[in-house]
Amino acid sequence: MSKQQKTGLKFRLTVGIGLVGLGTVLTGLYLRHTNIVVLNPKGPLARQERNLIIFAALLSLVVVIPVFIMTITIAWRYRESNKAARYQPDWDHSRLAESLWWGIPSLLILILGIVTWNSSHSLDPYRPLRSPNPPLTIQVIALDWKWLFIYPQQGIASLNYLQFPEQTPINFEVTSDATMNSFWIPQLSGQIYAMNGMSSQLHLLADGQGTYQGRSANISGEGFAGMNFAVHSSTMSDFNNWVRKVKQSPNHLDAVSYAKLSEPSQNSPITYYSATDNYLYDKIVLKSAPDANNLSTSQL
Amino acid sequence: MMLFANLLWGRLTLNAFQHDPIEMGGVVSMVIAIAAIVVALFYFKRWGWLWREWLTSLDPKKIGVMYIIVAIVMLLRAGVDAAMIRAQQALSSGANHGFLTSDHFQQIFTAHGTIMIFFVAMGLMFGLINLVVPLQLGARDVAFPFLNATSFWLYAAGAVLVNVSLVVGKFAATGWLAYPPLSELRYSPGVGVDYWIWSLQIAGIGSLLSGVNFFATIIKLRAKGMTLMKMPMFCWSVLGALTLVVFAFPILTVTLTLLALDRSLGMHFFTAGAGGNAMMYVNLIWAWGHPEVYILILPAFGVFSEVVATFSRKRLFGYTSMVWAIWAIVALSFIVWLHHFFTMGAGADVNAFFGIMTMIIAIPTGVKIFNWLFTMYRGRIWFASPMLWFMGFVFLFTLGGVAGVMMGMPPVDFQLHNSLFLVAHFHTMIVSGVLFGYFAGLTYWFPKIFGFKLNERPGKYAFWCWSIGFVLAFTPLYILGFLGATRRLDHYSASLGWQPLFIVAAIGGAVIAIGIGFQILQLIVSIWQRNSNLDTTGDPWNGRTLEWSTRSPAPAYNFAVLPEVAERDAFWIAKKTKKTDRPAYADIVMPKNTSLGIVIAAFAFLFSFAVVWHILWLGVVGLIGVVTTIILRISDDETEYTIKASEIAKMEAES
Repeated sequence: MSKQQKTGLKFRLTVGIGLVGLGTVLTGLYLRHTNIVVLNPKGPLARQERNLIIFAALLSLVVVIPVFIMTITIAWRYRESNKAARYQPDWDHSRLAESLWWGIPSLLILILGIVTWNSSHSLDPYRPLRSPNPPLTIQVIALDWKWLFIYPQQGIASLNYLQFPEQTPINFEVTSDATMNSFWIPQLSGQIYAMNGMSSQLHLLADGQGTYQGRSANISGEGFAGMNFAVHSSTMSDFNNWVRKVKQSPNHLDAVSYAKLSEPSQNSPITYYSATDNYLYDKIVLKSAPDANNLSTSQL
Repeated sequence: MMLFANLLWGRLTLNAFQHDPIEMGGVVSMVIAIAAIVVALFYFKRWGWLWREWLTSLDPKKIGVMYIIVAIVMLLRAGVDAAMIRAQQALSSGANHGFLTSDHFQQIFTAHGTIMIFFVAMGLMFGLINLVVPLQLGARDVAFPFLNATSFWLYAAGAVLVNVSLVVGKFAATGWLAYPPLSELRYSPGVGVDYWIWSLQIAGIGSLLSGVNFFATIIKLRAKGMTLMKMPMFCWSVLGALTLVVFAFPILTVTLTLLALDRSLGMHFFTAGAGGNAMMYVNLIWAWGHPEVYILILPAFGVFSEVVATFSRKRLFGYTSMVWAIWAIVALSFIVWLHHFFTMGAGADVNAFFGIMTMIIAIPTGVKIFNWLFTMYRGRIWFASPMLWFMGFVFLFTLGGVAGVMMGMPPVDFQLHNSLFLVAHFHTMIVSGVLFGYFAGLTYWFPKIFGFKLNERPGKYAFWCWSIGFVLAFTPLYILGFLGATRRLDHYSASLGWQPLFIVAAIGGAVIAIGIGFQILQLIVSIWQRNSNLDTTGDPWNGRTLEWSTRSPAPAYNFAVLPEVAERDAFWIAKKTKKTDRPAYADIVMPKNTSLGIVIAAFAFLFSFAVVWHILWLGVVGLIGVVTTIILRISDDETEYTIKASEIAKMEAES
């Protein structure tokens, strides 16, 4: 390699590294004022999920960094123009080397596997959370294209708006009366699918007061992009006040108004319902069962 | 009158030709392109040549070239789709709703995904397999030459059907895997999903037949002395991929058929109700879909194995390990499908099992990367453009793999599933793995097929544009995933602060487009200046395997005298122990050209089009046509011709 080529390469390397650095700094500056929801958890589930993300990323570096260093040094050292480097065209096997790269990644995956097994169980969305406070049940129904939340204990319902008390385990029961959706509040926990004829569960808890974004994460048709909802975790007394307010709403959620509501509509405004049919959720889940009347409870 | 029109046209009415201005732009540019080609063929009087030399050919090299041409055309089409997705998302924040309606945007990303997987990646893959596998095996042809042509034409018919949906009617707006109930009649009553089903169905059957064909070719037609463990690594990886094709594609065929029965005959396989279940569809489609990504990536791994060894001028390191790694990947790829829907609430034990299986795949994949690096170690590395694609692959693919291992943990997936982080992850794997691999392969084997090398300079520019553009386009998407951005959004609130990242992503997309521009330029310049890049030796890269032992461009019969093999890297060894025997030519029996492959596919196309539009008579015509043509072919006993030994001697002496 001539001197000129070498300076050219050096120049390009410097420019390249400089641009990557500049990009990183700009991104960092920009993100300082942005809410990185997945990395900014406000509840125990989301927090443990964030910790797992960071743990897995760091552990992976054990492989990534050596691979990158090896790639760069090998590519540089054994380049065609470097006649000083050793050339062994027939050397194609080393028991030790190959044992290392079957072995070390296997060890890492063993560690990750154990963590996966444990975290899959401890962070199972179906697992009820332990807390001194009594849990609150909220039934979630995905419709075209809005979210209906029923509070069976309070006998109220709310469209595209979710409020619950802080430090309280929330037991979500999730279904869909339209296409498949995914129910996701990133700052509080991971997502769960909302599906026809099935009731999924999600248990979460908010550390404190706050408002969060909630959205659908699964394509559900034309109004999909508008399937957002506001989430508000408040003090217990604020929550009770809110329930009282909802109870004064003139809207009732019965068979007739539900039929109207379940017709496709986009970007529906927040709506409160002071009374609901307590079996509405179960009826929706079961309405497509082959013959709901003939099923014994044990089969259910 | 109405009834008559209904019988004649099904549900096809003039409304199907009405489009908004943007769709019209697509239609018009497509029509102009086709018209230009037709006019050029008349002007240069090339119809006969096209028909005799290409369309009716059974030569796998020509079929391979046709696969690649269709794949490149489809790459441009789906690339325009990608550009529109990036532009819409860069604009559509807050009060601005971009330039596409939700429905149109959803059709575009559905078409983008469907086309990129089925008609670009699969097309490039079968193209390369056709070009290279018989040559590498030291064979003259594939096991079933006519079946091979039929497979290609079915694939082409599927590609045409996707593009017809742009002109007549519309495409699916469901995402590329069309989950029910969204893809069921109730929520997608139009023809879009039917177009999706039937274009994949005919292309998929083509892929399945091709998989069987090349599987048989590798098992039965290897050169004398070439035991499996002496086979070039590309053939090994193709054998692994085709094993997956043979086992996975029937699942796709059945799943699509069941969905078609739901939609066309009112059945209830995947609707909630009458015992149907959408989760069954999701399981089935991923039982095909996950092996599918390994079907695409394994041959790309094979390309890299050939490229790294050749350009490092060294034997492939850890051959046995590499073979075991391929088969570990093949086996594992069938027991990880559930990781595509950890969020369906399958339960902790099930999720954990599939999560751990997913991570285990990282081990054989990592082994392959280390073996490639050690192939370079103590080699003499020539950084021609195929080698550059490999270098880009190592860096990007490793990072993408880390993202994959992270999402292999179910609780992590709960947060990243269906987010743009996921989108960035699989694009990293498919672009840097599959596409870069195939680009390397195309550059590497181009001279063997056409007799001249591709111009290196624009090729290297293309590599840098693709790599830098890729980082610019997809790093923002990784970050957006952490910001809670889900995939497939045609609009988002301005307060989320996503827009600057989407704008950077769009700029990255533009840089990739420049890369594609350089690749087109490379092709034009290389053809223009082909005389200065002629491959006169048949061995332009100092190759190691049998395909380099025959002349370039390789003759129809591949080898004048069938080679015999004693070791791996047979040609490399042969070059060192030069033998100067006079070749003893013998008569060669080759398959005759036939138009029946194209006819079968044409009838299959008519059948599919008829089912999409509910045109009963045309469907019957299509079906009868397919069956009759197959019977015609079966009853033809004169399908081969003989090239006399003297003619071969003459041809070999001339070149």
